[in-house]
Amino acid sequence: MRIPCPWCGERDAGEFVYGGDAGLRRPADDAPMQDWVDYVFYRDNPRGAHREHWQHVQGCRAWIVVERDTLTHAVTGSRPASEVAAETGGAA
Amino acid sequence: MSADHHAAPARDGFRLATGGRIDRATPLSFRFDGKAYSGFAGDTLASALLASGVKLFGRSFKYHRPRGLLSAGVEEPNALVHLRGGARHEPNVRATVAELFEGLEASSQNRWPSLAFDIGSVNDLFSPFLGAGFYYKTFMGPTRGSWHLYEKIIRRAAGLGRAPSEPDPDRYEKAHGHCDILVVGGGAAGLAAALAAARAGARVVLAEQDSEAGGSLLGERAGEGLQWAEAAIAELRAMPKVRLLLRTTAFGFYDHGVVGLVERVADHLAEPEPHQPRQRLWTLRAKQVVLAGGAHERPLLFGDNDLPGVMLAGAVRRYLHRWAVAPAERALVFANHDEAYRSALDLADAGVPVAAVVDPRPAPGDGLAAALAERGIEHLGGHAVQRARGNRWLIGAEVVALDGSGRPGGRPRFLACDLLAMSGGWNPAVQLHAQAGGAPRWDERLATFVPGTAKQAERSAGAAAGRLTLTAALADGLDAGLAAAEAAGFAAKAFALPEVETEAEAVPTGLWEVSGRKGKRFVDFQHDVTSKDLKQAVQEGYRSPEHAKRYTTAGMATDQGKTGNVAALEVLARARGQATAELAQTTFRPPYTPVALGAFAGREVGRHYHPVRRTPMHHWHEAQGALMVEAGLWMRPRYYPRPGESLRECMNRETLHVREKVGMVDVSTLGKIDVQGPDAGEFLNRIYANGFKTLPVGKARYGLMLREDGMVFDDGTCSRLDEQHYLVTTTTANAARVLSHMEYHHQCCWPELRVHLASVTDQFAAMAIAGPRARRVLEKAVTGADVSNEALPFMGVVRAEIAGYPIILFRISFSGELAYEVATGADHGLTVWEALLEAGREEEIIPYGTEAMAVMRIEKGHVAGGELSGQTTAADLGLGKLCSTKKPYVGHRLKERPATADPQRPALVGLMSLEDNVGIPAGSQLVADPQARPPVTMLGYVTSTTYSITLDRQIALALLTDGAARQGQTLYAANPLAGSSVKVQVVSPHFFDPEGKRLHA
Repeated sequence: MRIPCPWCGERDAGEFVYGGDAGLRRPADDAPMQDWVDYVFYRDNPRGAHREHWQHVQGCRAWIVVERDTLTHAVTGSRPASEVAAETGGAA
Repeated sequence: MSADHHAAPARDGFRLATGGRIDRATPLSFRFDGKAYSGFAGDTLASALLASGVKLFGRSFKYHRPRGLLSAGVEEPNALVHLRGGARHEPNVRATVAELFEGLEASSQNRWPSLAFDIGSVNDLFSPFLGAGFYYKTFMGPTRGSWHLYEKIIRRAAGLGRAPSEPDPDRYEKAHGHCDILVVGGGAAGLAAALAAARAGARVVLAEQDSEAGGSLLGERAGEGLQWAEAAIAELRAMPKVRLLLRTTAFGFYDHGVVGLVERVADHLAEPEPHQPRQRLWTLRAKQVVLAGGAHERPLLFGDNDLPGVMLAGAVRRYLHRWAVAPAERALVFANHDEAYRSALDLADAGVPVAAVVDPRPAPGDGLAAALAERGIEHLGGHAVQRARGNRWLIGAEVVALDGSGRPGGRPRFLACDLLAMSGGWNPAVQLHAQAGGAPRWDERLATFVPGTAKQAERSAGAAAGRLTLTAALADGLDAGLAAAEAAGFAAKAFALPEVETEAEAVPTGLWEVSGRKGKRFVDFQHDVTSKDLKQAVQEGYRSPEHAKRYTTAGMATDQGKTGNVAALEVLARARGQATAELAQTTFRPPYTPVALGAFAGREVGRHYHPVRRTPMHHWHEAQGALMVEAGLWMRPRYYPRPGESLRECMNRETLHVREKVGMVDVSTLGKIDVQGPDAGEFLNRIYANGFKTLPVGKARYGLMLREDGMVFDDGTCSRLDEQHYLVTTTTANAARVLSHMEYHHQCCWPELRVHLASVTDQFAAMAIAGPRARRVLEKAVTGADVSNEALPFMGVVRAEIAGYPIILFRISFSGELAYEVATGADHGLTVWEALLEAGREEEIIPYGTEAMAVMRIEKGHVAGGELSGQTTAADLGLGKLCSTKKPYVGHRLKERPATADPQRPALVGLMSLEDNVGIPAGSQLVADPQARPPVTMLGYVTSTTYSITLDRQIALALLTDGAARQGQTLYAANPLAGSSVKVQVVSPHFFDPEGKRLHA
């Protein structure tokens, strides 16, 4: 599988480390405990489109948000995670 | 063209005097089961043995039935042999693909004492008890406890071949490649596709698993097709952008157009040439793939269809035309389609009497009846073979007439024969297509699965796509090649294909399973699965293909059901009262055919299994005689023994010397992360459980890092070098994880923080100088800084120089002694190390290793790997007070969960052995009474252990419930696996200098 790193270009998946669902927001420090439990322990398991974190550990070390189809492994997009986090207000 | 049937070609044994693609000028001698045979270059082990009249090739898996060759190719389920002896010994090699070489040695498997007389054949008598899933139903009830007795016997009887026991002497390589078009299969369709793509200018790789390209053309009467193929191969060879990989199997189709191939570079030689690898594993990335891997023939299901002498009809033709072997005195053909009639005609023309062609259909296609009559071959339409007869090999077949509804009726007629060529049709090789995400669909006309919609850039062609005649395969191959080339961006032009003879097509109709009361009807030959087993599976509720497969083990052998899977599905469908089209095949997974582990390992074996990381002082340690230990990928000095010193003696000496005088240890392997920026302090405040924003410049602090779930993640020291500059250290094992953790939180959670992180683990060499005389050593070695107790107090950090090189000097201690750490550029780590040793000469400085280091930190109760298991909290380890209540940080919420914050959780304690010199093994369970009957309440467990020379006691660190209340109590550290326990006393984990007086000296 190839993953397009926004900085380094398309690279073999072996250069990256998987970081899980990118759709989660780190809760506010004073958010209810259940929000924290959900953030750390609960995940959806979608069949199809999935936005997820990968880190390009053997390249630029950027965390990126990748769009991948969990069924076909077709990769349709990637953006720097810091950009996405800045847009969505990141987390507390 | 028909031969003169009255002047049969001469034969030597079963080898014809002329013909075949063997090199009769190069005879080869070889041995099978200790007996000497001869063959020719171009033979496989199977063809050479067949030519010599060998009928028995092995004994079946479960029932130990005598088995011969079923096929002539990779799909062979029976003739699995041990190939070669010694270090190159290989089990389960299909004799049909093993190329013959001079001096080859092979032996049959799964039989004792011999192939002809095998004690295991008694299993066949017990077959009523050994049906599908028998092992799920046995060893129950009163005999259950004797499992450990049965297991030894079963283990010895299990399996087919014996694994090699010596290290592999050969080298294996890995290669990566890219191409525009990959064509899998060098038969008619593959060659046409490759030619179309290559002529369009594309970079083409053509992979053919056989030793020469041509595919099934090599196994039929030579004609226009073969001539065209030979010209095509020559043209492809001459094109610089074409790579022809022979003896290369595409074994796996992975994501994003990646195909795995194994090139058997030297398997066909007695030994690889000195410059050659034995095999080469290719990871090939292709823009477009054409799958032209052909098709596999199906058996028919009749009684004892596994007798040696029963072969697939197409295989019979291949042995005839490719290797000039006619393995029969008298043959019979049994098929339900026209194509197999060719076997009867070809056998007759080679001089083999053919008793009859038995066909459930009343009449065959055009011209076939006449062709048979010409050769005096009886045609038995509307008949079927009900049972093959013979003891250890075929002597004849019982043939019955079929009534109007296709059921066998009347008395069977016995036809003597020693070869039964059977065919139930052909199954396209859809495995790679399925691996690539395609979903094969049922084709009613061909009664088999053909490729469905492709999910990747691949297309099937030729027999692999269900185009079973040569004309159709050529045309299909050309179309596929053109389409692939166009899709890859090349302008491709069609070309004229040769005019070849019209062939009869293999469209099976009528019966394929012949019912009868006698004999076993085998579906999966390698795993001894009969149609009765599959029906039984349905009866017992294992109805789905996935369940039936695993319950009966059909399709799970090394041949992965190439000959049997479709038949198995048909039996299943019939038993369920459904059409086969309603069932789905089980999932195909790589590898398509077995691949040696060596090929996957490549050169990364032995010393090269993983990278080795060495510190700048590594060679100095080795030169001093240090014994090195692996710490992850790093090599660290474990201890530096004097001549004759044991590990225990040395670690005791080193420990005492450090506590009484001074020693130095290489700590370069610890992770180091440089943190800079206006928000560096704020960032570290959020990452660590304790505070760092207000840490004064020039100070270091112990740092505790939690995971977001509240468990302790890592610890280390964090030093503030400047207003906006910190240096973080981590444990050796967690360095990479901590960096990723920090980068994750910065980039994904707090992108607004202005901070830069950089790994500097490799950039700094680091060494710790510890002991009462440590300061005196530094006073001599260090310039540019005052290292007095007042100027550099405990936890102080200062920049200075040693031997003219810049250093960072930290007054921190892991050993509990007065200690310092020196960090300097890795390039001059050794120089600084040696300078310190020189400066410490008068103080009697010695190097010490990780063993002594561990003794000292356990004596002090400092947590390390054993305690930082990821399952402990800060409070468990006595570090709860470190966790700030004034600021948020990673893990601060979830550590407050009731179970995580429960004061009843096991907490860190020390243990002292109350039995002289008896150690407390790490992992021991702490219990009140080791003799109590299970289940025994576990009060805690031991995390770290050592003999302490300082206290002259065996001590340990442990996690214990009610640790505080149990101080002074006597417990037992039990080791049930070894059946032992040791009496211990619960004490404080800070065994030595609990007030830390020596630190502040």
